[in-house]
Parts: sequence; C-alpha cells; structure tokens
Amino acid sequence: MTKKLKNMTDTNLLLTITIVVFFLMYIGAIVFQGKGFLKPQTFFNILNANAALIILSCGMSLVMITGGIDISVGGVTALVSMCCAVYLDYKGGNVVGSLFIALGIGLAFGLVQGFLVAYLDIQPFIVSLAGMFFARGMTTIVNTNPFNVANEEFVALKETRVIIPGLGSVNKLGKYVNAYVEIGVVVAIIIVILMFIVLRWTKLGRSFYAVGGNKQSALMLGINVKRTKFLSHVICSLLAGIGGYVYFLHVGSGAASHAAGAEMNAIASSIIGGTMLTGGVGNIAGTFFGVLSLSTIQNIVSSAGLDQAWWTGITIAAMLCLFLVIQSVVMSRKNAAMKK
Amino acid sequence: MKKINTQIFIPIAALLILLLFNLIADPSFFKVTLGYNSVGNPVLSGYLMTVLDCGSELAILAIGMTLVTAATGGQDISVGAAIAIAGSVILRVLCGHDSRPTELQAPIIVAFLVACVVAMLFGAFNGVLVSIFKIQPMVATLILYTAGRSIAAWINNNELPIISDPKFGYFGGLIPGIAIPTPFFIAMGCVIVAALVLKFTNLGLYTQAVGINESSSRLNGLNPTFIKFLTFVILGLCVAVTALIKVSRLSSINYSVIAKDIEMDAILAVALGGNSLSGGKFNMWSSIIGAYVIQLLTTTLYKFNVQSDALPAYKAVVVILLVVFSAPTVRDKMEEISKKIKTRKVTKGVV
Repeated sequence: MTKKLKNMTDTNLLLTITIVVFFLMYIGAIVFQGKGFLKPQTFFNILNANAALIILSCGMSLVMITGGIDISVGGVTALVSMCCAVYLDYKGGNVVGSLFIALGIGLAFGLVQGFLVAYLDIQPFIVSLAGMFFARGMTTIVNTNPFNVANEEFVALKETRVIIPGLGSVNKLGKYVNAYVEIGVVVAIIIVILMFIVLRWTKLGRSFYAVGGNKQSALMLGINVKRTKFLSHVICSLLAGIGGYVYFLHVGSGAASHAAGAEMNAIASSIIGGTMLTGGVGNIAGTFFGVLSLSTIQNIVSSAGLDQAWWTGITIAAMLCLFLVIQSVVMSRKNAAMKK
Repeated sequence: MKKINTQIFIPIAALLILLLFNLIADPSFFKVTLGYNSVGNPVLSGYLMTVLDCGSELAILAIGMTLVTAATGGQDISVGAAIAIAGSVILRVLCGHDSRPTELQAPIIVAFLVACVVAMLFGAFNGVLVSIFKIQPMVATLILYTAGRSIAAWINNNELPIISDPKFGYFGGLIPGIAIPTPFFIAMGCVIVAALVLKFTNLGLYTQAVGINESSSRLNGLNPTFIKFLTFVILGLCVAVTALIKVSRLSSINYSVIAKDIEMDAILAVALGGNSLSGGKFNMWSSIIGAYVIQLLTTTLYKFNVQSDALPAYKAVVVILLVVFSAPTVRDKMEEISKKIKTRKVTKGVV
C-alpha cells in the first residue's frame, strides 16, 4: 500500500481521494435520505444547477495549476448575464450576438488581467481583485434593477432539454418521465473533456504544470513562462465568459447580485478536487468531482430539513476544512516517506 | 533605511494626489464645521471627519493584516466574517435571552472581552491550519469566510438584537463633550499599542525573518510555526476591536451586510502601503496610511454622487493604476526612459 502510495503522482493521489469521497457521500445520501437520490433526475438536476460552476471551476483550476488565482470569475459571470440581458431585451439583439458579447467580455478581462499578471509581474490576487470590483461595479452601471429576459429566441433556447435515453423515473402520477439535462450541461461536459485532454496530452497543457511547479526549471526547459501565465489567465477568463452565459441560460435574468460568491465556490471545488494553490498539482477530472461533491452536500443539507440558511455555509466550510486537512496530512506523510 | 523611505512614499503620494484632486475639483471637501447633533452634543462634521471616522476600522485591521501578510506571505480573507461573529457575540452577551433588552445584561467591557477571546480563538483556528497543517493562508481562511456569517447568525438564533442603551453607542459614535468621533481615538490607541509592541519587542524582526526565509529563520533559533500562529491571533484581536466599533455604530447587527468586503479593503490597504503581498519586509505605518487613503477614495467617490453599488468599478480603476505604477517592471522601464532622456540632454549640451 505504502509503495503504491509512493509511486502515485500527487495529482492522481488527490484525485483518487476526491472520487472515493464523492461516491461515499452519494451512497450515504441514498442510504440516509431515501429514494430521492436514487432517481436519475436528482443527479441531473445537480448538473443542471451547477453547469456554470463546473465551467468556472475548470478555468480556476487551470490558473491555480499555473500558480496563480483568479477571483474575478464571479463578477465576470454577473457582468455577462447583465450585459446579455440588456442586449437581448432593451436593444433588441439576437442570441448569436449575445453569445459574442459574453465571449468578448471574457476575452477582454483575460487579456488585461493576463497582461498585468504575466508581463508586469503584479500579484494575480490583486489584479483579479480589481477585476472583480470592476466587473461588479460595471454590472450596476449597466443596469441597476434585476429583470427577466423575455426574448423569444432566448427563452426557447433556455427551455431546450436534452433527453437522456434509457434513464428516467416514474413520477407521482404514474407516468414515466425521461431524465433530461439543459444545454449548459452539454457545454460544460464538452469543456471538461477538452480541458482534460489539453492538460494531459498537449505540450501547452504540460507547460502549465511545469510553470506552476517550478518557474525556474520551466524557464530552463525552454518554456516561455510569461506567455504560459498569460494564456492561463486568458483561458480562465474566456471560460468565465462562457460560464457566465451558461449561468445566464440557466437563470434567464440579469442582476447585479448574480453569482455572488461564485469565485469562492469555484476555488473550493478546485481544492476539493485536489488542485493545490501552490501550483503544479491538479486535475480537471478532480475539479469536476469537486463541484459534484460540493453541490451534493448542499442537496443533502437542504433535503435533510436543515433549511436554516446557516447550515449550508457551515457544512461546506466543514467539508472544505476536512479536505484541506486530509490533503495536508497525506502530502506531508508522502514527503516524509519519499525522504526515507 | 532607504527602501523604507521609498515604500512609505507610495501611500503618501496617493494621499497627496487624492487631496490635490479634491482641492481642484471642489475645495469645500476640506470644510470642517462645528455643529450640534440632536442630543445637543458638539460634533465636527465634514468630509475629512468622515474619512477619519470611517477609516478607523480599516486602519485597525490593516495592523493585523500587515503582520499576517509579512509572516505567512498570504492574506486572511475571513476578517469580514470574523467581525460578524465577534459582533454577534458582543450583542449576545449584552442582550442575554431577550433580543430587545431595556437594560444591558452584562457590562460592555465583559462583552468586549468575551468577543476578544472568541475572535482570538477563531484566529487561532486559522493559525493552526496555516502554521501546523501548512495550508496556504487564503485557502485556510476560505473555510471561515464560508462559514463565518452563518455562525454569526446561529449565535443569535438569527434574531436581530437592538441595544437601546446610549452608552453602547459611544464606541462607534461620539462621547458627549468630545467633538471628534470615538473610532478615531480607538484606532489611534491601537496604532500606538502596535508601535510600542514593535519598538520594544522583537515581534517585527521575527515576523520579517519568518516571512523572508522560513527555514533559515528556524536555523537561527526562531519558531516559525509559533510566529505564524501568533500573527493570526493578533489579527483576531484587531477583529474584535473592529467588531465593537461596527456593532456600536448601529447598536445592532446585520449578519450578511456587516463588514462586507472589508477583507478586500484591508488587503488593499496593505498592498497600497507598498508591502509585498508575498511576505517578508513590512512597514506598518505605510499600511495604516494606505487604509486612510482607501477611505479617502471612497468618501471622494461618494461626494461625486457615485452609487454605492457602482463604487467598486471606480475603486478598481484606481487600484490598477496604483499597482501598475508601483510594479517593479514598470518602474525599471520608467527609470530607463528617464535616464535616456537625461543622457540625450547631456549629449545635446556637448554638441
């Protein structure tokens, strides 16, 4: 066992822990919470509600692997949803145009933040903090009041359901209902797979790990450290733009308070998924399971009847604490074993 | 010594630029008038007084945040949530079981001390995670950041206690007969205590040593684990003082709004003070001036009728400009350019 532990890379070890804990938790939920969690739709609802968070977390993991952090993703999400909502309803725009707006906002944030972090050597925390402030402030400047989008084309897209064949359950009226996911989930899954492939099997993906692990040796390997850092921020913000649109597609409204605390949830998911903030360690598959674990806990808490708002916060924090301590203990034991 | 001088120059320059801007835009910014409030107490009012009054909490937090930043190279993002907890504890002790007590159930000093202990315990929790479990500070404090406001609501059973005793309002308002707001005196008290501690103990030196190089400080006989832990406990104390001012201002508490985003402002104060956010050398005075600069910026923006929700956008622009101009790469480039211009002038003179 110890030998196997020793041979495992940091990334795989933490990933295994996350996946095991997620399945234990889900099985626990089925056992203790009854059949609600056995219905496929319960699982797909978790996906539906968290598609945007999955996309945001993918970007966050990428930046964290490269050794940075981006806390502007929540703000960008709110800004994207507000701008798209205003464009669709007040300016009479169409869906394709709003999609370009979302991508444009993400790209703009990525270019500016990436330039400041990579080429001017300013700490990513401060840069993205300013980015968050800017995005949140701009959201209220664009429009103060929250409102629902009535654009027909958009509503049709929002209501589109992707049926999962072969999975479903019988509802209260005795009718068989197929399980479904929203379009956002499909986008999220595609992005997870793409990011997984890029990070694992491409030269660019490996250079992210190299830069996050050790900047000096990455430089000596001939990697363009600055460009890699720049790219990580651009991709992260671009994903925040896409995630923002998926969020918008899910809620169908624009409001300044949208996605409040999403950046912290994304960071928490990445950490639970085994990404380390020090850089060089992480896995997109882990991040995916991190989001699922986080939202499963939320579901368990609310279905256990602990409806008071404070329980969600406390349980997520307790879980985060548990994972951090496990990570810390495992890593230090492993380091000690390596030294021997 | 030379480096410290240039460091404190950054927030002072920002201060001067802001003051100059206000002087040109509208000199009435500097007007301070002596008036009387509804109870008949003398009170100084004016934009400058607002800055001194509202900047106090930030200045107190900046003291603790500077130490944590210097020792650990990370920041505590849970201070806002911890303030909610400490404030909730103060109200809980003062109110007892009744949420609208006619008289205080415990002396204010007792409530404050209990809040100090609680805040320091939460600080110690963060400290243990960071120093013993070696978790990055931002991540470790993320736990309390997520749970803090929930715990605060839970302490008071989600009720909103209101204190009617006017004495409790002294800490965040005015003491009768003194026209300057009390928070300013509390902040000055904290600054003086911090200055004395730094002057007469080795805390500052040790903190910097740990921040610059942890392993070499251990080889020199320091205990880095304990010093990191200690900085978080000190920040806990600062949090308790801030919480007292915050709840005293309202004589009540709003769990989700109290001290919202103050952690970001506190970190900004440290960064604005020219301190490296990755640890090491620090300058307390710089951070404290930085805190007041941020408040000055906020007040200036309010004066120009900027909506409170839109405020962050303007703040962000200012912050980016500040960090860009103080970034080492940019400064080197600028020096190079100014040198080039100088040499060009010299060669021209020769020709």
